[in-house]
Parts: sequence; C-alpha cells; structure tokens
Amino acid sequence: MTRAPQPGDEFLMRDTTSHPPAHAPGYKTSVLRSPRNALISLQQSLSEVTAPVYSADEFGPLDNDLIKNGAKNGLPVGERLIVHGYVRDQFGRPVKNALVEVWQANASGRYRHKKDTYIGALDPNFGGCGRMLTDENGYYVFRTIKPGPYPWRNRVNDWRPSHIHYAISGDGWVQRLITQMYFEGDPLIPTCPILRSIPDEEQIRGLIALQDTGSFVQLDSRAYRFDIVLRGHRATLFENIVQGAAQ
Amino acid sequence: MNPLLRETASQTAGPYVHIGLAPSAAGFEIFEKNFGNVLTTPQTQGERIRIEGIVTDGSGTPVRDVLVEIWQANAAGKYNHPGDRQEGRAIDPGFRGWGRACSDFETGLYSFETIKPGSVTGRNGRPMAPHINFWIVARGINIGLHTRMYFSDETAANANDPVINLIEWQVRRQTLIAKREEHANGVVYRFDIRLQGENETVFFDI
Repeated sequence: MTRAPQPGDEFLMRDTTSHPPAHAPGYKTSVLRSPRNALISLQQSLSEVTAPVYSADEFGPLDNDLIKNGAKNGLPVGERLIVHGYVRDQFGRPVKNALVEVWQANASGRYRHKKDTYIGALDPNFGGCGRMLTDENGYYVFRTIKPGPYPWRNRVNDWRPSHIHYAISGDGWVQRLITQMYFEGDPLIPTCPILRSIPDEEQIRGLIALQDTGSFVQLDSRAYRFDIVLRGHRATLFENIVQGAAQ
Repeated sequence: MNPLLRETASQTAGPYVHIGLAPSAAGFEIFEKNFGNVLTTPQTQGERIRIEGIVTDGSGTPVRDVLVEIWQANAAGKYNHPGDRQEGRAIDPGFRGWGRACSDFETGLYSFETIKPGSVTGRNGRPMAPHINFWIVARGINIGLHTRMYFSDETAANANDPVINLIEWQVRRQTLIAKREEHANGVVYRFDIRLQGENETVFFDI
C-alpha cells in the first residue's frame, strides 16, 4: 500500500471495462443518447480532484428512513428492510462524508413521479427517496420497504427486477457515480436489459446485494448488504503536479 | 493478481432520477433542505450569471428528463474543497460551487443561477481558462457524461487553455464555448449540449 493520499491528490484512471458501454442496443433508449465520438482523456487538474463538501446540518433526522419520511397517516405497505454497507475506494480505503442518495419504486412497483403511469397503486405513506452521509468508516445505512418489479417499454414484456437507485458523491468529481442495487435471487435479474448492458459477470454480481441475516432486526426487518467502490485515490509521488509549479 | 478493487459498475439514472435528486420536480416535497440550481446567496462574491440550455439527443430532440450537475470555482478561482491549496486565494463562505438542475419536462430547458468563476491553475502551473464542470445523467445514459463549459468572452484565455488545446479538431472545440447574451434581467450564457450527431459536444474521460 502506498502512503495515504491527501485531499487534492489524483485518482486512478477509470477502467472502462468495469462499466456498460454508452451504446448498448439491448437497452433501446441508449441508442440515441450515446456519444459517437471517443471521450477525450484528461490528466486530472483541480477541477477533477475536488468535489462539493456536505455538512450534517443539511440533512433531516428522517432523511435516511424511507419507512417514515413519506408517511402521511400510517406505515407504507411492503417488506421492511434495512440496507447498509461501506463506500470504499479501489484501494479499500473508506470514503468518508460521501453523499449517498437513493430512490426507488414502492411495493407495487410504482414510482411517486408525475411521469409514471403504471397501473400499480401509489402508496400514500411512501415517498421513495432518502439520503445520507457516510461516517468516518465509509459506512451508510437506511431503512425502507422492498421495491416491487415493474414492466417498462423496451421490448413489450420487459420487466425491471426489484432495484434501488443510488447516486454517490465522493471526495473528487471523478468519483461521481450513479448505479442501481438489485436483490439476491431475483428471477428477473438474468434477463434485465439494463443490467445486461454491463459486459462483465463479476461486475453484475457486484450490483446484487446479499441478504445479511446477521443484521436483521428481530421480529421487525430483514437486512441487505451493499458495498460500493469508487475510483481509487492515490498519493501523488515526488511532484505534486496536479497543482504544483512547472518542472 | 491486481490488488485493486474494481469500481462499482455504473447504471443509468433512469426516467425517475428526479425522485431521488430533485423530488420537487417529481411532484412532491419530502426534505426540509433541497439541493437545487441556485448556487448563489446574497453574500456570494462575483458577477451574477445565468446558464441555460437544452440537451438534445442524436435525432436533435430535446432530452426532457435530463439531470445536469455543475461544479465550479469561485470568483477568485478557488474551489471550496480542502484539496485546493492554491496560495493567495480565499474560499468564499457564501459559495459551495455545486448545483443540480432538471430540464423542463415540456421544453427541455435547464438553467443555473451562479457566478462567473475565476481562472484556476492547472497542472504544472499552467492557468486554465475560466470554466464550469458539467455532469449529465438521464434515462438512456449508461454512465454519466463529463464535459466543461467555457465562456465566449474569454477568447484569449480559451486560446491558451490546456484542456481545450487537447482537442485536435478546431471545429469540435466550439461545442464547449457558451455564448454570452446580455438580457434585460442580467447576463445569460447559453450552453446547449448535443449528446450525439452533428456538432456532438466534446465529452471527457476524467
């Protein structure tokens, strides 16, 4: 292990084989929304190695409790869950004070969104979004109900597996990431065109949360564990060229 | 064996990204404090500007469900982050430098209220022209797209910018330059982003 990086040090180059290509024809919407030109590769400057900083006082006490934060006059319908894990970088170091934002459908597979017209019922007691900061160990936790699967217009009988969307903001702009978490054993996983846009089985497995019996709350909630890896933050050796003087 | 962990795979933000990142756009209120498209407070130092534009797909159609984030330095050219150790430049406590905007579901127009950033020193001490970092996600975008917005009234600085000069094709450099317009209620920079096709915006692997 190299010496610990300082704020402002560089991040590892992105390994594009870890991600879906921009153009993934099985996911039809990507066809017209993917650049045709190659990305221009940049050596990182301050613009890429810094990122917005958040403070705890921007968050409310229920922001990470999806069972309560959208409740109007009772509890939401659905299986009660705790979802938790660690945000680390590629060297295994915790990413502390990372912003983790989550959103999801309700137990019927319906989103509280004015553009969602699925016949599945809205739940008056469920909003479907939450947010939190990781602690000193990179740990995050939230409480929710299990989202339902739902049909979507891709091929006529495509269904999304149950999933929770994540947006993560780390210590550098290059670490910004959006992804989705799936549930172990879901029979819709093997045929999902969005999940299959990832050309690597190991990387697909990395998005599937495992049931974590050791963290169940007895007679109350099950738990799932989902760890996230962001780009590696490395010490800049010999010369701090990201922001140093000309050599 | 490579000791590095692999970065978690990216997935599309999907059509309902607003629920998580901008719930009021989805049609409901849930958090007391929301992250939005106004980066300034009355105390913020610098020239007030509005940035607006439309993101279009490969057919030229506006992407009406896009979410755009920006990250920028303050008027002195300093990022509000402990990693920015440029000497002689102060953090502006009234300016985080980060915001997010959703396009209008009908017109596709997005906008930000912010200030024009100062020049930041780049690698090896070379100054970078004033610019704003953009990150674009939406349904159909499998991995967030990074680009930079530069300013049309910074011709000399743009001509020497180390990042603009990395772009081999002069014609493509123009896709990063926002056009300054003086409106009755203030300065607007127009920055349209083309995901694909004619005049496709330059996107970066950072």
